[in-house]
Amino acid sequence: MDLAPAAKRDRKNRRGPGWTPLLFILPFAVPFILIYLIPIIYAAYQSLFKLQRTGGIFGKSTQVFGWFTQYAAVFSSADFRSSVIRVLLFGVVQIPIMLILALALALLLDSTVVYLKRFFRIAFFVPYGIPGVIAAIMWGFIYSPGLSPIVALLKKLSISVDLLGSHVVLWSIANVVTWTYAGYNMLIIYSALLAIPTDLFEAAKLDGASNWQIARRIKIPSILPALILTAVFSIIGTLQLFTEPIVFSQISTNITSSFTPNLLVYNAAQNNYNLSAAISVTLAVGTFILSFGFLKITARRAAS
Amino acid sequence: MSILTDTAGAITTPNSDSAKGPREHPASIVASMTFMLVCLVYFLLPVYILVVAASKQQTQLASTNGMVPGGSLFSNFGALFSQQDGIYLKWLLNSVIYAVGGAVIGTILAAMAGYALAKYQFKGREFVFNVVLGGVLMPATALALPLFLIFTKVHLTNTYWSVLLPSIVSPFGVYLSRIFAGASVPDELIEAGRLDGSGEFRIFFTIATRLMAPALVTIFLFQFVAIWNNFFLPLVMLQNQNLYPVTLGLFSWQSQISRVPLLQSLVIAGAVIAVIPVVAMFLSLQRFWKGGLSAGSVK
Repeated sequence: MDLAPAAKRDRKNRRGPGWTPLLFILPFAVPFILIYLIPIIYAAYQSLFKLQRTGGIFGKSTQVFGWFTQYAAVFSSADFRSSVIRVLLFGVVQIPIMLILALALALLLDSTVVYLKRFFRIAFFVPYGIPGVIAAIMWGFIYSPGLSPIVALLKKLSISVDLLGSHVVLWSIANVVTWTYAGYNMLIIYSALLAIPTDLFEAAKLDGASNWQIARRIKIPSILPALILTAVFSIIGTLQLFTEPIVFSQISTNITSSFTPNLLVYNAAQNNYNLSAAISVTLAVGTFILSFGFLKITARRAAS
Repeated sequence: MSILTDTAGAITTPNSDSAKGPREHPASIVASMTFMLVCLVYFLLPVYILVVAASKQQTQLASTNGMVPGGSLFSNFGALFSQQDGIYLKWLLNSVIYAVGGAVIGTILAAMAGYALAKYQFKGREFVFNVVLGGVLMPATALALPLFLIFTKVHLTNTYWSVLLPSIVSPFGVYLSRIFAGASVPDELIEAGRLDGSGEFRIFFTIATRLMAPALVTIFLFQFVAIWNNFFLPLVMLQNQNLYPVTLGLFSWQSQISRVPLLQSLVIAGAVIAVIPVVAMFLSLQRFWKGGLSAGSVK
């Protein structure tokens, strides 16, 4: 820490901050470059190679440069396409439901029609503290016919539904994700609500505006940046979906090895690393475009 | 209009948390509270079912009512901690090492970088910040496999470092810290520190960190939870069971249930225990991080 004294005297004679900002940023920048930048560059590089076997099917395989062969394989793969469509469908349905729930809860916590706010706020946030693997194990138990008290209860009401069935399991996963992150998003929105100056809507209230009008006309527009932030994080999370499906794949045969793009990456890595790298890069670029595009569109809307 | 707002402010200042609005219609109170209670059941019932399941023997899971607790909670915990010479405790400790170590170092690094980005004018500042923002948008799972290959070359896979090193980098922490340093550390205070003859690092560690405390606690907690919950990275990096964090350990047991059914009750009991530390920490640090949360959305 004491690289200071000599540099300190120097600085007093200088105008700019000199090397100081660099010294502050370097401890973060070095691991950031090692852990974030180099791997993605390395993956992009690896994705341009392909394996070539010489001397028949049991011959030695060597890596040769293959330009975009792997990407051609990625984009022509039916498995890849269906996994992307699956997570997009998931996101289009699950993200709005979760964020509307989070927004409703945040607005209620910020309103005057609810009691025990502190208690509710903590209780709704608890699921976020539960690791994804454990949440998935827990819900997997609740979905399992024969073990689950919920399925048993539904059966008594003569509703029989296989929550791990081929058409239902995606939405069972959506429920786990909603359950885990609704409270977290609620809290982000809620703290944005707390930051709105109260006189803004106290005035509206004196003017006779209803709670609903205040929420729609004043509160929601003021917390738009927080809502956008939660939406972007949700988009990134959805495209990365991995933990819940891989845990459920142990209790349901309906989760294939290519259920989500990330499962595909993981399974492809077992025998064709170059292909796996190409899928990773495609996924990272796609995530980037989607989240960045979403930011741009919402920023333009907010400006107009 | 400004007179109106001023009066309104004056009326409500003594009680800013004006929860006792007497003008609310009873019907809307009943409707809202009903909705809140339904949500309460949704968020907490699964946890209750898990705890109930943890209080039963494996054979009772299918045969007894899943809402009524059994009497084997502590014998299950006992079995959990004695399985494979107490490996579960080791997993818990590993999780603590990864999460505390990664979050403490990660928070310090992010705080320094964010502070510098907010408080110093220098060439390339916006470029650095944009690269960090790019890191926020980068899906972490896309990094894990290439990282594995790189770590293989330097013989780092299957070590504590392979999980710990990636955990100390938090681009989102830098983002939060920059916004919060910009909003909460006045330039005059830094100037005053300089006039007193303090070095830049001393100013940062004695003055700035104190003002940024709520944001730092928030960054720490988010990073802690992210590491504690992380699954993909250890799954890719670790083969040695003794290095597993608790998430990966439970997953490895879960994947053996079809062969060893008795593991089921251990997985459930282990899940209950693994939930406690994070929830406890969130509750105990509540008052500190609440203030820091909104920083992310204020621009």
